[in-house]
Amino acid sequence: MNFSSIILIPLIPLAVFLLLGIFNKKIKPLASGYIGVAGLLVSTLLSINTAYHYFFVYGKSDGVYQTFVEKTVWMNFTDTLAIDMGVQIDPISVMMLIVVSIVSLMVQIYSRGYMKGDDGYTKFFAFLALFSFSMYGLVLATNLFQIYIFWELVGVSSYLLIGYYYTKPSAVSAAKKAFIVTRFADLGFLIGILIMGYYTGTYDFETLNNPEGSAILNWASTSFMGLSVLTWALILIFIGGAGKSAMFPLHIWLPDAMEGPTPVSALIHAATMVVAGIFLVARLFPMFYFVEEGFALNIVAYVGAFSSLFAAIIAITQTDIKRVLAFSTMSQLGYMMLALGVSGYEGHEGLGYMASMFHLFTHAMFKALLFLCAGSVIHAVHSNYLKDMGGLRKYMPITNITFLIAALAIAGVPPFAGFFSKDEILVAAFEHNKLIYFIGIFVAGLTAFYMFRIYFGIFWGKDTKYEQKPHESPLSMTFPLLFLALLSIIGGFIPFSEFVTADKAGFEAHINYPLAAVAVGVGLIGIALAWVFYKKENDLADKMVNFFGPLYQWTYDKFYFDEIYLFITKKILFNRVSAPIAKFDRKYVDGTMVGIGNKTVLASEKIKGMQSGKVQDYAFAFVAGVVIIALVFIYLWTS
Amino acid sequence: MIPGISIYEILTVTSILFFIGLYGFITRKNLISILISIELILNASVINFVVINKYLYPDMLQGVVFSLFIIAVAAAETALAVSIIIGLYRQISSVEVKEIETMKH
Amino acid sequence: MERIIFYVLAVIMIVFAIASVTSRKMLRSVIYLLFVLCGIAGIYFLIDYNFLAAIQLTVYAGGIIVLIIFSVLLVHHIEMELEIAKISKQILTSIACLLGLGLFLTTIYSYEFKVVENTLTTTTSDIGAALLSYGAGGFILPFEVISVLLLAAMIGAIIIAKGKKLTDKKDEIV
Repeated sequence: MNFSSIILIPLIPLAVFLLLGIFNKKIKPLASGYIGVAGLLVSTLLSINTAYHYFFVYGKSDGVYQTFVEKTVWMNFTDTLAIDMGVQIDPISVMMLIVVSIVSLMVQIYSRGYMKGDDGYTKFFAFLALFSFSMYGLVLATNLFQIYIFWELVGVSSYLLIGYYYTKPSAVSAAKKAFIVTRFADLGFLIGILIMGYYTGTYDFETLNNPEGSAILNWASTSFMGLSVLTWALILIFIGGAGKSAMFPLHIWLPDAMEGPTPVSALIHAATMVVAGIFLVARLFPMFYFVEEGFALNIVAYVGAFSSLFAAIIAITQTDIKRVLAFSTMSQLGYMMLALGVSGYEGHEGLGYMASMFHLFTHAMFKALLFLCAGSVIHAVHSNYLKDMGGLRKYMPITNITFLIAALAIAGVPPFAGFFSKDEILVAAFEHNKLIYFIGIFVAGLTAFYMFRIYFGIFWGKDTKYEQKPHESPLSMTFPLLFLALLSIIGGFIPFSEFVTADKAGFEAHINYPLAAVAVGVGLIGIALAWVFYKKENDLADKMVNFFGPLYQWTYDKFYFDEIYLFITKKILFNRVSAPIAKFDRKYVDGTMVGIGNKTVLASEKIKGMQSGKVQDYAFAFVAGVVIIALVFIYLWTS
Repeated sequence: MIPGISIYEILTVTSILFFIGLYGFITRKNLISILISIELILNASVINFVVINKYLYPDMLQGVVFSLFIIAVAAAETALAVSIIIGLYRQISSVEVKEIETMKH
Repeated sequence: MERIIFYVLAVIMIVFAIASVTSRKMLRSVIYLLFVLCGIAGIYFLIDYNFLAAIQLTVYAGGIIVLIIFSVLLVHHIEMELEIAKISKQILTSIACLLGLGLFLTTIYSYEFKVVENTLTTTTSDIGAALLSYGAGGFILPFEVISVLLLAAMIGAIIIAKGKKLTDKKDEIV
C-alpha cells in the first residue's frame, strides 16, 4: 500500500484548518471557500484513488481483503501494551474514507453558497476542515486509543459547529448539550477502553479482532457480576458509540444540534459523525460477535431497534423540518445498529454487517441530500417550520426533484439506493430475530409516512403567501444536490457484499423478493397515507390529532425525555448530589486553601517591612547571617 | 617587622577597624558617611595584606603589590562615588539614603 | 620604643575610627578619617614599607580625603547635623559587629602563624621591578589593567557628574 498518499488524506484538511484558523482575518472570504474546497477535493481524489487500488488492485489475496497497517509506537506502557499512531486500511475504513470525502466535499461546495455573506465565513470553513481531519483520523485509526482521540476531536468540532451562531442562546445551549451528553457517553467509552487494555493487553484492532487471537479465545477467563469483563468493556464502548450515534436514551442532543447551520447538520449530524458509533461497533465486530456468544451484540440490536422505532414515532409529529430529519437520522442509525446486532460473522451469515455498512453508505448520501435540500428550502423561505412552507415546487424545481429522490430513497422504493440497503437489513433481521424484523418493517412504513409528510408539506399543499417570492438556490448549492441525487439513485447498485463484509471475504447477496415486496409495500402504504393526509389541504390530519389526543401531545413533546433529563439533573443530581458536594467544596476544600492564602498574605503584610529596599538593612542581615552561620559551623558543627 | 609586636596584635587592631567600618556602613544615613565607612573597611583589609606579607613571607612582594592595587581601585571607586553623589544631589537636592529609596521601585 | 608607638597609633586609629562613624558633623567625620588613614601610614612606616606609607599618605590622605571634603562642601552646609539611626538599630548592629569581632579574634588567636623573623627592607625599586616585570612574580598585566580601570573611572566620573549638560548639548544638535 502507498501509505504516504493515504496519510495525506487527513493531513490536508488539517493544514487547511491551520491556515484558515491562523490567518482568519487576513484571508478574504471568497478565497477561504476556495481553499477549503480545493483542500478537500485533493483529499477526495486521494481517497478515491486509495479505494480503487485497495478494492480492485491489491487489496485482495485469496479472496479475502487484507488489512494493511502502518504505525509507529507513540506511548509505551508495558512491553506489549502501547498506544500507537498509525493508519489502518481495510474495507470499512476505505469505505468510510469515500463517504466522508464525498459528503464533506459536497457540503463544502454547498456551504460556499449557503453561508455567503456570513461574518464567520472563514471560521466556518476552518471548522469544517478540522472536522474532516478528525473524521479521517477516526476512520483510519489503528487502535482504540487513537480512535478515542479523534472521537473527542470530532466531538469538539461538532460542538464548535453547533454553537456556530454563538450569539443565539439556543445554539449555545444546544452545543453544550451535545458536548455534555456525548462526553458523558464517552466516559463509558474510556472506561471500556481501559478495561479492554487491562484484560487483553492490547489496544490494537488487529490483535483484538483476530478470531483466533487470545483476546477473543480467552474471553471467559475473567468475569464480573455474571458476565465476562470483556462483555462489560464492550457494553461500555457501545455506550460511547450510542452517545455519538444518538441511540436511545442518549439521543436528546441530536434534535437540538439542528441549531447549527444546515450544511453542518448534513455533514456531521446526518452523514458522518453520527455514524461513528456504528463504525465503532463495526470496527470491533468480531469481538462483539465472539465474546460471550454475542451478548453485547444483542444489546446493540435491541437498543438499535428501539431507538429506530422511538425516533420514527416522534418524527411523525414534529413541525420543524430539520428536527424531522434529525429524528429520521436517529431512526436510520437505529436501523444500522440493529443490522449489526443481528449479524453473524462468516460468509452469508454476515449479511447484517454488510447491510449495516451498505445502509451507512447509502444513508450518508441521501440523508445529506435531504438536509441540503432542507437547507435550500430554509434558505429560500427563512423559516424552519412546516407551517411557513407549501407549494414550493413551482419556485424550486431542482430542490423539489432532488428532495423527492432522496425521500424515495429513504422510503425504500426501488430502484433508489435505500431500497437495496434496507432490504438487506430486513432480510438479515428476518433470518435472525423475528421481533426485530417486525419493528424494522413497521419503522420502514413510518419512515415513508413522515418523509412524505414533510415532502408534501413543503412542496405541495396550500400555497403559502410569501413575503418575498422564493427562488431556486444558486448553482453552488444545487450542484451538490444534483450530485448527491445521482448517487442516491445509483448507489444501490454497488455490489457491496463483494467488498465490505464481516470476515472480509466477499459473498453473493441476492434480493429476497417476498421480503422486499413486503417492505416496498409497507413503504408505499406509508407514502399513500401521507398523500391522503397532506397532499391537499384537508382536516384529516387534525382529526387524527384529536383522535390520538394526549398520545399526540406526548409524541410531539418527544415523550418528555428532555424534561425527564432536566428533572433528573436539576432536581435530583443538582440539589441532592451536586449542591452538598459544592457546599463541602466551598466550605472545606476551598476554605482550607483560601485560609492558607489569607494567612500567607497576612504574614507577608507583617514581614513586608523587612524588605525595605535599604541596602544597609540588607547589609545588616548579611553580616548577622554570616556571623550566625560561622558560629554554627565553627562551634556547633564541629564533628 | 615591628620589634616586640606580634602579628596577633596587629590583626586585632585591623579587625576592630574593620568592624567599626561595618558598623558605620550599616548605621549611617548619609551617602558620604557610608563612603567613609567603606574606606575604613578597605584600609583595614589593606593593612592585613601588608602585615601578613611582612610577617609570614618577607621575601615576597605580593601583599604590597596587592595593597597598591587596592588603593588604586579605592581611589577610582571614590571618584565615581563622589561623582554619583554630586549627580544625585543635582537631581533630588539630597544625599540622604531614605531619599533615594525610590530607586528601588 | 616601637611598641609604644604602635600602641599609641592603634589607640589613635581606633578612637578616631569610632569618632568618624559616630560624629554628627559631616566635615569632622571626614577629618577623623584622615587621622585614621595617617595612623595606618604610620603602621606602614613601622613595618618598614616606606613606599607604601608614602602612597597611603599621598593617595588617601592627599587625594581621596580631599575629594570627599569637596563633595561634602558641595552638598552640605558645614553646620548641618546628620541624622542618626534609631537606638535599637545601633544596638543591634553593635551586637552583630561585636559578635563578628569576637569570631574573628578567636579564629585569629587559635591559628598558629608561622612567623618568619626578619629585618628585610623592601626598597621602592623592588616594588617597581615587581610591578613591571612579566616573569614569575611579575604584575605587568594587572598593572596595565588598573591603568585602564583608572582611565575608565575618570571618564565615567566626568560623564556622571556632567551628564545633564552633555545630554543637553546632544539635544540641541538634534
